[in-house]
Amino acid sequence: MLEVANVSRSFGGRRALDDVSFTVGDGRMTGFVGGNGAGKTTTMRIILGVLSSDAGSVSLDGRTLTPADRALFGYMPEERGLYPKMKVAEQIVYLGRLHGMSRAAATTNTERLLDSLELGERAGDTVESLSLGNQQRAQIAAALVHEPEVLVLDEPFSGLDPIAVETVQGVLAESAARGVPVLFSSHQLDIVERICDDLVVIAGGSVRASGSKEELQSRHGGSRYEIELSVDAGWLRDVDGVTVIDFDGGYALFEVQGAAEAGIATNDADATSAGAATNDAAADGAAQRVLAEALQRGSVRRFAPEHLSLTQIFKEVIR
Amino acid sequence: MTATRSTGTRSTVPRLAAPRFPTPRFSQSVWLVAQREMSMKLRSKAFLISTGILMLAVLASVVIGGLVGGMSSAPKVSVVEGSSVATTVQAMEGLDVRVAPSTDAAEALVRDGTVDAAVLGADAGAGASGASPFTVVALDSAPSAVVQALSVAPTVQLLEPSDQNPLIVYFVALAFGLVFFMSAITFGTTIAQSVVEEKQTRVVEILLSTISARALLAGKVLGNSLLAFGQIAAIAILAGTGLLVSGQTALLGSLGPSIIWFVVFFVFGFVLLASLFAATAALVSRQEDIGSVTSPVMMLVMIPYFLVIFFNDNALVLGIMSYVPFSAPVGMPMRLFLGTAEWWEPLISLVVLVVMTAGVIVLGSRIYANSLLRTGARVKLSDALRG
Repeated sequence: MLEVANVSRSFGGRRALDDVSFTVGDGRMTGFVGGNGAGKTTTMRIILGVLSSDAGSVSLDGRTLTPADRALFGYMPEERGLYPKMKVAEQIVYLGRLHGMSRAAATTNTERLLDSLELGERAGDTVESLSLGNQQRAQIAAALVHEPEVLVLDEPFSGLDPIAVETVQGVLAESAARGVPVLFSSHQLDIVERICDDLVVIAGGSVRASGSKEELQSRHGGSRYEIELSVDAGWLRDVDGVTVIDFDGGYALFEVQGAAEAGIATNDADATSAGAATNDAAADGAAQRVLAEALQRGSVRRFAPEHLSLTQIFKEVIR
Repeated sequence: MTATRSTGTRSTVPRLAAPRFPTPRFSQSVWLVAQREMSMKLRSKAFLISTGILMLAVLASVVIGGLVGGMSSAPKVSVVEGSSVATTVQAMEGLDVRVAPSTDAAEALVRDGTVDAAVLGADAGAGASGASPFTVVALDSAPSAVVQALSVAPTVQLLEPSDQNPLIVYFVALAFGLVFFMSAITFGTTIAQSVVEEKQTRVVEILLSTISARALLAGKVLGNSLLAFGQIAAIAILAGTGLLVSGQTALLGSLGPSIIWFVVFFVFGFVLLASLFAATAALVSRQEDIGSVTSPVMMLVMIPYFLVIFFNDNALVLGIMSYVPFSAPVGMPMRLFLGTAEWWEPLISLVVLVVMTAGVIVLGSRIYANSLLRTGARVKLSDALRG
């Protein structure tokens, strides 16, 4: 587990990072989102030790990072960079060897990576002769060649077409499946939403929200449900603790209140403790009651918590 | 929890414990960087061609030096057959004498360029004591070689005779100066460009997340230095062989130690300059800015070159040059060649150079490490030193 703890950094009086803390779990694809200038790149540079922090620490599995540990990281900086006049494969082999790989191991990995990134045919071309999208793939290969233990990628998907995004996503997921913590930033929230397990939202140099995607979604919109029935859903308006927000024949979008707000008593003995857990459980209980009643009235085509898009959460969190 | 789409298994996968690849040692990193620098340079056609030209120039100067040495051919003169002058002149050494039937014929030989001058008897009445018994007839300028041969020269006693032909001295000075100048400029600018290339293309950020700035700098300096040493060694061998082949073994004997000292001084002098080039280039982020930022270093390379060409016969200037670290690689071998340096002088000069080089490496790596990630505007030297 990669842990960033209380990291702060100022640039000439301007506070770029303020007490930033979050974790990237093993095997978790962690999306790192935030507006321009929010501090994503600075955080990543500090994680990689390319930049020093004024305060705080970065640790891996509880140990503070040393330069030797950082050599095991795979890094893709915001500012892309490879030697323009070197051949793609040669360059990636070189970077692998700088990480301590033997020539043979580096060559094997380079070939495998370039093939899986669909860049195998261009292995012998110079980087400057590649299109931007292909340079981007080469860059990803450069970050992965030494089978890193931690991946930190700044905007790995920018400038890629949808097919390439899937290719790259597949390669990253492969690393995550090996148990590697993957931290990646992106402005393309739809992609982040699709592929991330965890999320860290940063704004103005401080972390505004972090946790698993589902957690965030339920925290920020968990009390809304959608239901689609074969019969008219008008009866929902009369259910206790339910506010119908949108309604159209068999479809309804409704919000359920937690116990504290609506005063609904639940029989569930486990949910008697005060706080958010009670609310959630109560809201869940209310939703389940709605479902049970709906099933009695007819067939239910769809019943689900409203899908809150990451964009919505993001806007709400950074507000 | 409403885990709708999460694969759910990832968090349970155990992380691999031990690193798969050993962290490379400092020396390994340095060597890898050096190898890359060398292979990229050796792949450049411009470099191979300029090296070829430099080699040719050295070979040519050795050959020309040999020709100049053996070109003391006697000046040709014509005399009038049967004159008393003819007998006297023919008896002289160092003149190639042609006999003409008449004064007019002798003059005609001058006009058509067959001879450099005609030597006739002095005009009657010019027989005053001390006057030359000869009249020299030449085409458009006084033929100094002929005049010299016919003159009565006073006895000259040299207190400190130089055993070297001044023309040869000039060529040797030019060769040392040029070789040092060319190598320093070629490899110095290569280092500067390579530093800025990494900054400009931002590959430096990946490199620095892998190896230390010190290793990167050391690798660059080492790689380019090895190439420069290779070039210098090749030139030294070429010059030596050239001297042997063209039969100038005497010159080789006196030049040999200077060449060896030159190579020794070059090794340290070049590392000094290379560190300066790398450190100054790290201050800028664009290839276009290399020229202005490295110009002070360029001056340090050029000044010794001009000094040794203009002052290769000035003992004071050469003496100072042979101790100043930037010009010592040229100045000290020159003095050794001229035989004006004591045996211990190169050793002291070398110590001065090594100390200076060590100091510059320390400062240079500081500037380099502190400037690498500051892209955009030129980094102020004071900021780079402070960090």
